[in-house]
Amino acid sequence: MKLIRNGAFVEDDFITVGDEDQLPDGAVIVSLERWQAERETLRARNAPIGVRLQSGQEPGPIADDLDRIDLVALEFPVYRNGRAYSYARLLRERHGFKGEVRAVGNVLRDQFQFMIRCGFDALEVADNITPEIWAENAGSFSLFYQPAADGQETVLSLRQRLAARAQEKATA
Amino acid sequence: MYRYDEFDQQLVNERVAQFRGQVGRRLSGELTEDEFKPLRLMNGVYLQLHAYMLRIAVPYGTLSSRQLRMLAHIGRKYDRGYGHFTTRQNLQFNWPALKDVPAILDDLASVEMHCIQTSGNCIRNVTSDQYAGAAKNEIEDPRIVSEIIRQWSTFHPEFSFLPRKFKIAVSGTPDDRAAIRVHDIGIQIVQNGKGEVGYEIYVGGGLGRTPMIGKKIAGFVPKEDLLAYLEAVMRVYNMYGRRDNIYKARIKILVHEIGVEEMTRQVEAEFAELRKAGALHLPLEEVARIETYFRPPSHENLPDDSTELNKAVLADRGFANWVKSNVAQHKVPGYAIVNISLKPIGGVPGDCTSDQMDAVADIAEKYSFDELRVTHEQNLTLAHVRKKDLPAVYELLKAHDLATPNIGLITDQIACPGLDYCALANARSIPLAQQISERFADIERQHEIGELKINTSGCINACGHHHVGHIGILGVDKKGVEYYQVTLGGAADEKTAIGDIVGRAFTEDEVVDAIETIVTTYIGVRQNGERFIDTYRRVGIDPFKESLYETH
Repeated sequence: MKLIRNGAFVEDDFITVGDEDQLPDGAVIVSLERWQAERETLRARNAPIGVRLQSGQEPGPIADDLDRIDLVALEFPVYRNGRAYSYARLLRERHGFKGEVRAVGNVLRDQFQFMIRCGFDALEVADNITPEIWAENAGSFSLFYQPAADGQETVLSLRQRLAARAQEKATA
Repeated sequence: MYRYDEFDQQLVNERVAQFRGQVGRRLSGELTEDEFKPLRLMNGVYLQLHAYMLRIAVPYGTLSSRQLRMLAHIGRKYDRGYGHFTTRQNLQFNWPALKDVPAILDDLASVEMHCIQTSGNCIRNVTSDQYAGAAKNEIEDPRIVSEIIRQWSTFHPEFSFLPRKFKIAVSGTPDDRAAIRVHDIGIQIVQNGKGEVGYEIYVGGGLGRTPMIGKKIAGFVPKEDLLAYLEAVMRVYNMYGRRDNIYKARIKILVHEIGVEEMTRQVEAEFAELRKAGALHLPLEEVARIETYFRPPSHENLPDDSTELNKAVLADRGFANWVKSNVAQHKVPGYAIVNISLKPIGGVPGDCTSDQMDAVADIAEKYSFDELRVTHEQNLTLAHVRKKDLPAVYELLKAHDLATPNIGLITDQIACPGLDYCALANARSIPLAQQISERFADIERQHEIGELKINTSGCINACGHHHVGHIGILGVDKKGVEYYQVTLGGAADEKTAIGDIVGRAFTEDEVVDAIETIVTTYIGVRQNGERFIDTYRRVGIDPFKESLYETH
């Protein structure tokens, strides 16, 4: 597994821990169940914390804790399961989450751009993914019809600007 | 019709470049067939029994003559000289070589066409009424909103990996030719008491293994809010639709399991948030911009009655039959809507040769403002023909075997590709449709029988829409033998109904006789020339059961 964060291949500074494991020092990612069971202790820890949501675990239940959570990892159990695209958008657009939203699991290169658009800023990818493959697939498309979590200007907005400019020219 | 601007064109070009790279990786062996599968399925490339099949999107069924000529060219150059129009108003080529697909996509892009989202678990090509812009009681041209939805749904990052495929249909008239209540979302354009135009929304319709009729979840969504509303429906479905079982993954199952009230509540809650956020607010100026592409063509001021037409009707019985069945009323005096049957006697429903495509393109250019439509019943429509030109149009169509006067009649059948092409099928559909067509070939008899829709599917996935055929035929496999189960009373119009199973299935040798018996029974009990479906609604299934099974 390789980790890409904001387009750069980086070392993972978080450790994903099992529900029975003892918590190591430093940044950890725990399951939703563990977060809910040990919420008070985990909130009080003096280290970054991430929560991993499985498909079927929407972000609503941790919305009130997002002030303390540094990272939300969203699972793609299989590439065909696209629930986490909605979860990512809800985290960014509904709950205003500013921390890391990480895609984990079965992440295909052809999905990079969709994930970025939905608000993922970190992706765990297969070992055969190179910076070239990343660059090619993260930018397959340069225009976007619909608004999403990435704040990209939409085709509609481009059209409106073109029309406004044409009108300015006409009146000048 | 809609024309691409620089942005639309650039997106399609970028998609072609991306797919060319993916095909290159497959052909070089870098990708296995398994790895290539999710990629080709995002672009309409299926692997069928004998070859790859390429499905081309025809947005809401509208084509220009130029586009149809390009399809003819592709059929000639890369396929076997014909294509197949589908129940989703698209066109399929059954025999392209994978290595040629990028070149085909280039050809398509040169006429503003593509294969985007013609397969895969995403929002598919939006379908609509083939009489759009010509129908008498139309509230608003449904192609305007269809185009807006096409753009919004294209490469939607959140909804490209839905639990299952997703189909949206739009109708702009109270009489529904787009079968909106058997779609995942059906949109009925309506007008409220204040004269404002908005949208009535149905969700959870569909055929397949578990046929369901769509439920109304909104009575009036204002124009500006349509995309926010649709995104709300899609988000609820994407998050809560089942992913554990492919046969229970369509939105109809979600709606059925949680109930229409709960579905409505969840959609309304999500809609309220999206509406508040505002990003999907649809500016009315943009609607107006799209609307300019669908302005009515410049119709002439003509008297409604045409002496040329009346004379020809009296002089030629064949022409008179064609006018009776294939020509529909137009909203403008002196004009008519012409339906072109792709169901010649004994032919393959929906098939069209490249020569025929060229002929239709020429006729459309000369007689119908350079455009035409594909219908979900697998025929073509010329929406704006002067009544006085009907005899000339008829002669031209006849010369290309395109004037079969059977629209809406017993030989105007819908059939899926079936076991002749499809890897999923249990039984053959096309040969059966051909046999039925031969049996009822006598055109005078067809007109005597009147409106009767026979739909045939080769398996329970129901691509031939058998559930909503007035007579539905479903191919099933019993220990390696093909059997056909018959249903009666289905309909896909504004009175949508799922057909009732009439009894035990028939063998291939029996089924055409069974259809004959059903027709004879109907003729025997019909009153005042009522249609088959009206007779069925009046008398029910019993008379048909009796005549089919009592003597056996």
